[in-house]
Amino acid sequence: MSMVLNEEQSLLEETIRDFLSSHAPVASLRRIRDAQNELGYSKELWQQLTDLGIPAILMPEEFGGLGFGFKGLGAVMQQMGRHLTASPLFATVVLGASAIELGATEKQKQELLPKITTGELTLSLAMDEGYHHHPLNTDVRLDDNKGKLTISGEKAFVLDGSSADTFIVLVRSFGKKGDATGLSLVLVNRDSPGLTIERTQYMDGRNAADLIFDKVLVNEDHLIGSLGEAYPILQQVLDRGVIAISAEMLGGCQEVFERTLHYLRDREQFGVKIGTFQALQHRASMMFCQLEQSKSAVLSALSSLDNNGADCSIQASIAKTLMNECYQHITNEAIQMHGGMGITDELDIGLFLKRARISIQILGDSDYHKNRYAELNGY
Amino acid sequence: MASIDTFRNDVRDWLKSNCPESQCQPIIKDQQIWAGRNRTFYCNDSKQWFERMRDKGWTAPTWPTQYGGGGLAPDQAKILEQEMKALGCRPALYDIGLWMFGPALLEYGTEEQKQEHIPKIVRGEIRWAQGYSEPSAGSDLAALKTRAEDKGDHFLINGTKMWTTQGDKSDWIFCLVRTDPNAPKQQGISFLLIDMASEGVDARPMELINGDHEFCQTFFDDVKVPKKNLVGKLNDGWSVAKALLKYERNMMSIMSSIVEKEEGDIVEIAKRYVGTDSSGMLTNSSVRNQLSQHLMRAQADFWSGIRLYEQHKKGLSDGGLGLTMKYMSTTEQQRKDELLLSIMGNQGLSWQNQKLSEAENKSVKNWAYNKAHTIAGGTSEIQLNIIAKKALNLPS
Repeated sequence: MSMVLNEEQSLLEETIRDFLSSHAPVASLRRIRDAQNELGYSKELWQQLTDLGIPAILMPEEFGGLGFGFKGLGAVMQQMGRHLTASPLFATVVLGASAIELGATEKQKQELLPKITTGELTLSLAMDEGYHHHPLNTDVRLDDNKGKLTISGEKAFVLDGSSADTFIVLVRSFGKKGDATGLSLVLVNRDSPGLTIERTQYMDGRNAADLIFDKVLVNEDHLIGSLGEAYPILQQVLDRGVIAISAEMLGGCQEVFERTLHYLRDREQFGVKIGTFQALQHRASMMFCQLEQSKSAVLSALSSLDNNGADCSIQASIAKTLMNECYQHITNEAIQMHGGMGITDELDIGLFLKRARISIQILGDSDYHKNRYAELNGY
Repeated sequence: MASIDTFRNDVRDWLKSNCPESQCQPIIKDQQIWAGRNRTFYCNDSKQWFERMRDKGWTAPTWPTQYGGGGLAPDQAKILEQEMKALGCRPALYDIGLWMFGPALLEYGTEEQKQEHIPKIVRGEIRWAQGYSEPSAGSDLAALKTRAEDKGDHFLINGTKMWTTQGDKSDWIFCLVRTDPNAPKQQGISFLLIDMASEGVDARPMELINGDHEFCQTFFDDVKVPKKNLVGKLNDGWSVAKALLKYERNMMSIMSSIVEKEEGDIVEIAKRYVGTDSSGMLTNSSVRNQLSQHLMRAQADFWSGIRLYEQHKKGLSDGGLGLTMKYMSTTEQQRKDELLLSIMGNQGLSWQNQKLSEAENKSVKNWAYNKAHTIAGGTSEIQLNIIAKKALNLPS
């Protein structure tokens, strides 16, 4: 059970870091945001990342995977967090490709996975309904009307909802809201009749959308896994997603903290560097402790995925909860410690502040995960 | 490598034949075998276990055999530690001399001093106390004032030491004393060994908020100490003290790894005192949330320990992680204690509550005592100062 990167993974991390620093620094996100870019990411950048083999990062060898494992993915996500990189990686590769790899038929895999690897197919997992992440509360129905399968209802906060080619929609085939059995996963193309996509510009400048299904017609071939039995697949997909987003948050959080330290060492007032003030030193030390603690949780969770541990779900909830709290706290402190400049748009810190709040809501806030952890541990 | 495997097998066999069944159970504080002239054993098994380990030199596994130690190499000692842990063998001897002072004396002492003191530590015949802190010298230890005047063939000691753990039960004390009042603080300090039975030494226990009397204030009134009891060079005691700090840290990690069956399980206690519904889940969502918060943080701290160990093994820098451990673990322990106390409601407000189990009683008492952990061994505030300076390179 190793939390430390091996040589190949370290090299991958360096490569991605160098690439993003030169091709997609934080300024790139600004441009996407300010241009109100329809896709919410740069197609050119995704193509360059595809050339580096990134979409295949989690895939089995036969589909081009390079065996970096989840710790390798974690390193990539951290760098993306540091650079506020907007890309389809999370929705298409971590969530979408995982669902296919874990639940699809051989035929579906052969059809879809290669297209993800070449960058020509992007995916989006449409899961949430209502205001908070709670997959078991899925109520969007997959109705069976004399053999005719239709989807009706609304999905919210769908990441890459306005740019993805194909959706993987979480629906309920039977049972009631809150049941784990009765859930299904269905592939739906974006141009399906009856599907309306409403994009909202979220404050991190990326894209997410609400999806409105009005008797959208699907057929059995579009099911991933068996009807009504998607939950076991979904749980694994979500564990990967939760841990991956936690890794991205870790990178962003470290970046913010380092920039804040830099400011404390640099900024002078009253004839001294403000970093000499004990109150600020203590707050910085406390942030460091919290960051290291959260980092241990994230690295351990990535390791548990590599070891196929039975406790991935528990570790995922720990990593997300601790990272949620850490990123929220550190971005707040960073704004405060930067003084007046902290609330300007010119300073990058504000971009991290906003990304932090979005990330907290992705795949479960702290209340959700504390509750989930309790359930998994029997209290 | 064959000899290492043979060694492991030999150790395992020896432990199995020589560690009585009762000594392989989780230990409680009252059963600990402490060194000393007045050493007692709570039962025959513990006496036997101690004697066997002592005679093998395994009370001090890595110390040189010429002084009665086990003479084991570090990896052999690690094997002994692992095998003892696997079988559940409890430590055969407790003593600060064993954990902290002995290693420092082996590093800084003269041959005469080593021969005088080391064998007695190994054999558990002498209990050692630490004489560092004073009423006016806590975090600012270098401001210590206990005076050692040069009287030709001996030093004359006057002053007082604070927080002497088990001072009234200890036989000897190693002290930091001021031998040069005119030199800058740290450069006028010497490391001196004092027999607690000397005339003029008085160790008075202090009652603590948890009802125990673990700490003493020790008074030195014209105590004569032979010059041969000086360890290291005159006025260079600070170097010895720093070396000893290394061993103190080792000790803290050993102590925390010893399984001691004492406290109750917080989840079980919560279920009992808060109540559960028909599916066995807590009925109070706020308590559930707080429990999760605590358990998650405690788990992450545990993984930090593993990460630290891994980095160390691979020769990588820990980036400052090691400096966060005391602050984080002690803070979290206190949060747990407070949560536990509040869960128990009015039942947690007495140490003589007949309705509480032994484990629950212990938990309540520990809530009070554990307030010491964020103060002793370097306060949390000092830890944060050190992190700011060493890990974060913030200017001073």
